[in-house]
Amino acid sequence: MNVAVRHATAAQRLKVVDCDIHPVYRTTAELHPFMAAHWREHMATFGPHFRHGLTGQLPFPRMMAAGMRVDSFPQDGPPGSDLDLMRKQHLDANGVECGMLIALSRGGMEERNLEFGAALSSAINDWQLECWVRKEPRLRAAIVVPQENAEFAVAEIERRAGDPAFVQIMISPRSSDPLGHRRYWPIYAAAERCGKPLALHVAGYSGGHPSTGSGWPTYYIQEHYAMSTGMQNTLSSLVFEGVLERFPKLKIVMIEGGFAWLPALCWRMDKHWERMRAETPHLKRRPSEYVREHFWFTTQPIEEPENPEHLADIMSWVGWDRLMFSTDYPHWDFDDPKQAFKFRLTEQQKAMIFRDNARAFYGLP
Amino acid sequence: MKLPFEGAIDCDLHPAMPSVQGLLPYLDDYWRDQFSNRHIDRMPFVLSSYPPGSPLSSRPDWRLPSGSPGGDLDAIRRQVLDPFGIRYAICNPLHGAVALFNDDMAAALCAAVNDWMARELLDREPRLRASILVPAQSPELAAREIERVAPDRRFVQVLLLAMGETPLGRRIHWPIYAAAEKHELAIGVHAGSTYRVAPTYSGWTSYRVEDYVAQSAAFETQLLSLVAEGVFQKFPKLKVVMIESGFTWLPTWLWRTAKTWRGVRAEVPWIDRSPAEIVREHVRFTLQPIDAPPAEPDMLLRTLDHLGSDRLLLFSTDYPHWQFDGAEALPEGLSGDTMQKLLVDNPLETYPRLRDAAVTAGQDKTSGKEAS
Repeated sequence: MNVAVRHATAAQRLKVVDCDIHPVYRTTAELHPFMAAHWREHMATFGPHFRHGLTGQLPFPRMMAAGMRVDSFPQDGPPGSDLDLMRKQHLDANGVECGMLIALSRGGMEERNLEFGAALSSAINDWQLECWVRKEPRLRAAIVVPQENAEFAVAEIERRAGDPAFVQIMISPRSSDPLGHRRYWPIYAAAERCGKPLALHVAGYSGGHPSTGSGWPTYYIQEHYAMSTGMQNTLSSLVFEGVLERFPKLKIVMIEGGFAWLPALCWRMDKHWERMRAETPHLKRRPSEYVREHFWFTTQPIEEPENPEHLADIMSWVGWDRLMFSTDYPHWDFDDPKQAFKFRLTEQQKAMIFRDNARAFYGLP
Repeated sequence: MKLPFEGAIDCDLHPAMPSVQGLLPYLDDYWRDQFSNRHIDRMPFVLSSYPPGSPLSSRPDWRLPSGSPGGDLDAIRRQVLDPFGIRYAICNPLHGAVALFNDDMAAALCAAVNDWMARELLDREPRLRASILVPAQSPELAAREIERVAPDRRFVQVLLLAMGETPLGRRIHWPIYAAAEKHELAIGVHAGSTYRVAPTYSGWTSYRVEDYVAQSAAFETQLLSLVAEGVFQKFPKLKVVMIESGFTWLPTWLWRTAKTWRGVRAEVPWIDRSPAEIVREHVRFTLQPIDAPPAEPDMLLRTLDHLGSDRLLLFSTDYPHWQFDGAEALPEGLSGDTMQKLLVDNPLETYPRLRDAAVTAGQDKTSGKEAS
């Protein structure tokens, strides 16, 4: 009987748009069809060239199973490399009507050799199309770009702009310079032109700066947290540099960087902007007003206050229309749509968070 | 206008620092020669984080007709100690010595600032207490300076900056904490950067306002570093005060860290209870700046509720920095009990050396006489 009840519930359950799913290739050979011969050779000979001291691994080793859900390993290959398992374990099981692919591994975003980065970005984009979106209509891709060279990045955006399989443009918030700097503005101009939002997913070591303004941390627990302080820095840069004044149609989603910090950050930005406004005369409005108009946030990893109701305060201050559900499948800190929220959402809030906000943001049917 | 409780303890006050010329009497022959031959005695030693002309560096009505804000003891009495009914105010010296690369020169300057502080301010005004300025570039020299100054119990804390070369929990800094714990001194971490690394994880910001906003992220970093490295397990009597840190970011820190720790606790096995509990026992935050919307007082009250404790905040004016106008040093809507804790009880609990009040008051009179 319990089983029957559970099935009925599942059938009636709200469909979910998952704004953060990580596809991975089984081996680099999956990228070969999408790369010129000399770049395949380059990849085999020299490998990726990043800004940290260990090659082929992260300098802050993750916890259990290298930061993956232990049940997400397919028969062969790494978690996130098997579409059938992803369907069975996640898309079907969790009622995902649409899933946003965030392709992190070996993208062009953090490659120091910019021409190689451009080739990799393009290969990753072809691979997303051929190996994922064309095979599974519930999935959507993000245009990966070699962001540290705006010329290459814009070329890649323009190459993909007409394809509805790509719903957003992905750049790393952990850039070589803060993202508000003018060297990145051509990317924002291209995003505005093609009407696709910017997706900022925490990741990697792209810029090579210490992960905090106070130097390098020691443990993974700190490195994990630094994604949230870093995201605050990135948001602050985009606001104070005047990016949103210059590109009024730009829409930005911050992925996996948390959101509970947003109200306090807005209060802090507003307060100190008020005192210091002579320094940034290009800002015509309070920082929080730009944020309210231009930024969206995904929910995972969801905060878990001792009193779960406290999170409702935060969500109402951020804006119920600005939060979009995400799972981070197949990573270890995956949020299960059935268990993520420890307090009672109204039916309307549920619909907005799990589905409608993302449908509107991405213009999904 | 008086605060509701006569006898408030102001945990963050910034007297202007003397020029190097003013410090020469407190330096030995070698450094006096060095400073004068190299014209170092003409250099300002002002931290980049606090340019004197910046609006944040001084409230307009607290600027003086001549000299730096906070540069006149009578003005400190007239503008903050008297009108706010202050029983004690803790002077936090913001001095450029901590940004030098030469450890020995930094140590000489820090020692001179501490001696100047005792003679020129603490001896002359019994309501003042102070933090020890240390050459944190060299934890060994910093610990030595703490040992040297500690017998003077009017020094109640050791001062560090929120943004330096390596996070403060790193073991290299531990000699500072050992000395502080031994002498019942709190560790004060104040906003500011030595700019050894870029202020954000994606590099150098363009505007000062961004740097100042980024300070709160630096405090999040330092809090986690101190907790994750096990500083409070190693030094169980240590109290850390986050000064000019803001605190409305803290509930999110408590939630996120407690949750992540449940997932990755095997990495840091010495953390034997929730990081939120450790913070509530060992760490305090000064009141100013209150980063909350003045037009919506309810949001601040809800945030205070999210903190889960009314023992975490310590009253501060942050004089002469511009954090509030008029006499509006306290947020609206606090209960009498909360205000009593904020203004008096929490600071007394945090700073053991403020508790030997009767003794200290006696010593003050004696030392004042000796000095005169």
